[in-house]
Amino acid sequence: MATETRTRSVVPKGTLYRGREGMWSWVAHRITGLLIFVFLLVHVLDTSLVRVAPEAYNVVIETYKNPVVGLGEAGLVGAVLFHAFNGIRVMLVDFWSGGPKYHRQMLWAVGALWVLLMVPFLVRHLSHVFGG
Amino acid sequence: MAAPLLEAPRSTPYRRSTSRRSNYEMYSWLFMRLSGAVLAVLVIGHLFVNLMVGDGINGLDFGFVAGKWASPFWQVWDLAMLWLAMIHGSNGVRTIINDYTQRDTTRMVLKTLLAVALVFTVVLGTLVIFTFEPCPVGPDGALLTGAPSFCAG
Ligand code: HEM
Repeated sequence: MATETRTRSVVPKGTLYRGREGMWSWVAHRITGLLIFVFLLVHVLDTSLVRVAPEAYNVVIETYKNPVVGLGEAGLVGAVLFHAFNGIRVMLVDFWSGGPKYHRQMLWAVGALWVLLMVPFLVRHLSHVFGG
Repeated sequence: MAAPLLEAPRSTPYRRSTSRRSNYEMYSWLFMRLSGAVLAVLVIGHLFVNLMVGDGINGLDFGFVAGKWASPFWQVWDLAMLWLAMIHGSNGVRTIINDYTQRDTTRMVLKTLLAVALVFTVVLGTLVIFTFEPCPVGPDGALLTGAPSFCAG
């Protein structure tokens, strides 16, 4: 077909992969990993201010103590907890003989564990952020 | 009638590949899993101690950091976390770059930036942990403002 030969796209048409739980957990693992990495670069930089002067560190940390950054921190903790638990799930899929069979159930376990830890964390953290 | 005798295929140990390349990617894959297992403990412990215990986020200041790094335990903890997270994260981002870049130059540039960020951050973070001074004084010998109260005693 003329239209087919003219296309310059390297992505084949009509073959969208729909891998359900396995695919979406991989997408989320990738996005959270990248997000945590970028945060870590900034986090090491701001912590290095303790070598400049106590005041320098305190002033910058003080600017973090507002609702916008506070909510960002909550999101970051959520990303870290998902990445950590799903990472353990990936290891179980790879190393445990039952892993591939139960990978979906294990994703539910990851979600349950995530909620179990996020609820007490959010209660405590948000009361610090909004309670002053 | 006796069953025909079949020779076991490939009865000697054999190599699946004749390639003489290194196993770098296999070790990288293994490292992601081993470092991930250790990081799970280090990172969740880090978040718990800094955000849940005491005053949480409101308790963070220079004095809090000084109190933690007064102990070799937290120095080693943070050092291990820094190195493992940076190598694990950089190796993961390397995979992501390999997956999505299409031009050789783009891939080269991104990987070079990544390597620079890795070395810079690990060196900076390591220096900060090892040269940290909990009670810093100015040129006049007086404690700097913001130094923790335990320095005065
Ligand atoms: C908290 C404990 C952690 C665990 C258990 C963990 C586990 C894992 C595992 C098993 C993989 C490999 C996935 C695969 O090969 O398919 C991985 C990938 C990755 N991790 Fe982690 N990790 C942790 C922390 C971190 C941290 C702190 C960072 C960032 C500094 C990070 C960034 C990444 C990135 C960018 C990838 C690549 C994702 C991809 O290739 O799609 N991880 N993690």
